[in-house]
Amino acid sequence: MPRPIANEPSAADAPPSIGKIFTAFAMIGVSSFGGGLVAYLRDVVVDREKWLTGDEFLGALEIGQTLPGLNSTNVAVIVGRKLRGPRGAAAAALGLILPGVAILIVLGLLYVRFHNNPDVAAALAGVAAAAVGLLLQVTLKIGGRSFLRPKDLMFIIPTFLMVGVFHVSLAATLFLLAPIAIWLNRPESLKKKTPAPSSDPEP
Amino acid sequence: MSDTLKELVELLNVFAMLSLMAVGGGTAVLPEMEHEAVAVHHWVTSTQFASIYSLGQLAPGPNMSMVGIIGYHAAGAAGFFLVLFAFYFPACMLTYVVSHIWDSYRDNPWRDAVQRGLAPITIGLMLAGVYAVGKTASFNLDRPLWFNGVTLGFGLAIVLLLFWKRINPAILILACGAIGWFVLR
Repeated sequence: MPRPIANEPSAADAPPSIGKIFTAFAMIGVSSFGGGLVAYLRDVVVDREKWLTGDEFLGALEIGQTLPGLNSTNVAVIVGRKLRGPRGAAAAALGLILPGVAILIVLGLLYVRFHNNPDVAAALAGVAAAAVGLLLQVTLKIGGRSFLRPKDLMFIIPTFLMVGVFHVSLAATLFLLAPIAIWLNRPESLKKKTPAPSSDPEP
Repeated sequence: MSDTLKELVELLNVFAMLSLMAVGGGTAVLPEMEHEAVAVHHWVTSTQFASIYSLGQLAPGPNMSMVGIIGYHAAGAAGFFLVLFAFYFPACMLTYVVSHIWDSYRDNPWRDAVQRGLAPITIGLMLAGVYAVGKTASFNLDRPLWFNGVTLGFGLAIVLLLFWKRINPAILILACGAIGWFVLR
């Protein structure tokens, strides 16, 4: 179900300042331990600051998920742009990213200095093993019933084999598989009639 | 061209490409990133890649900022910031531009086709990411069998725990690090 993302401000209130946008997103960037950023974003953008309605947020999320890049930073860019144009988008994305980067600088320096220490190596082995579990769980959760649908497995398995096992470049894999996958999901109206060009926006 | 400069250009190329190919989120490019950083450019070893990826899960914010640490290994502080820029900026820029014209396309039935078509490909890529990190972090023939038993056990335990209950994954990762400190040596 398509939702408007409102290029124009919906509420006619004065838009928040750049500093305010940065701070709001930096609060998410500093507190969102353990992932699940989209939920944090929704809390702040919709419930606390009321910058977007719930539907507008879902609209932004749809775009953020369709376009390449991280869903969370994409949503931040869209919300920031809507509030304050280019500078708002930059403030939102940087606010979200920078706190974690600061922490990673510390973690990274500690890692570079101590990763050969046997104690630290043992702890890191545990951490890495756990991260694999986390990644697998997210994959299974997002994949859900796709793993049981032949139509989806037709793409899941080749993608996994090409990129994961045979190291076919991601660009080539997407170039080969994406058009087929998108065509198989083409709009109903095109399934009976002859194919029409894809760049045919409705008014 | 000096070696560092050449390394920086390579980093910029690889991570900007990854940025624009991250369909369905950053995790989708994890397998390709691992291949490029370990086998093609030798910026990090596969064990280092697995550790760096998992460190990234301990920091708040977007869970791919750890790419900076790969850049640091390859080209120092300049590499750190360049990789972050290369990985975030192109996709953000694309989103900025496209979201601007999105409203005029939002009723276009092809948008739905793109989203549904790419979904299983994203899942396949995520699965390849599990394999890319797991082949060193969970099951690694250079290590004794009991060690692999523990690391596989950690992974499975986390999958089950997270399906059973909503627990903050960062806590689980730290817990496995703490157990690892005593057990995995």
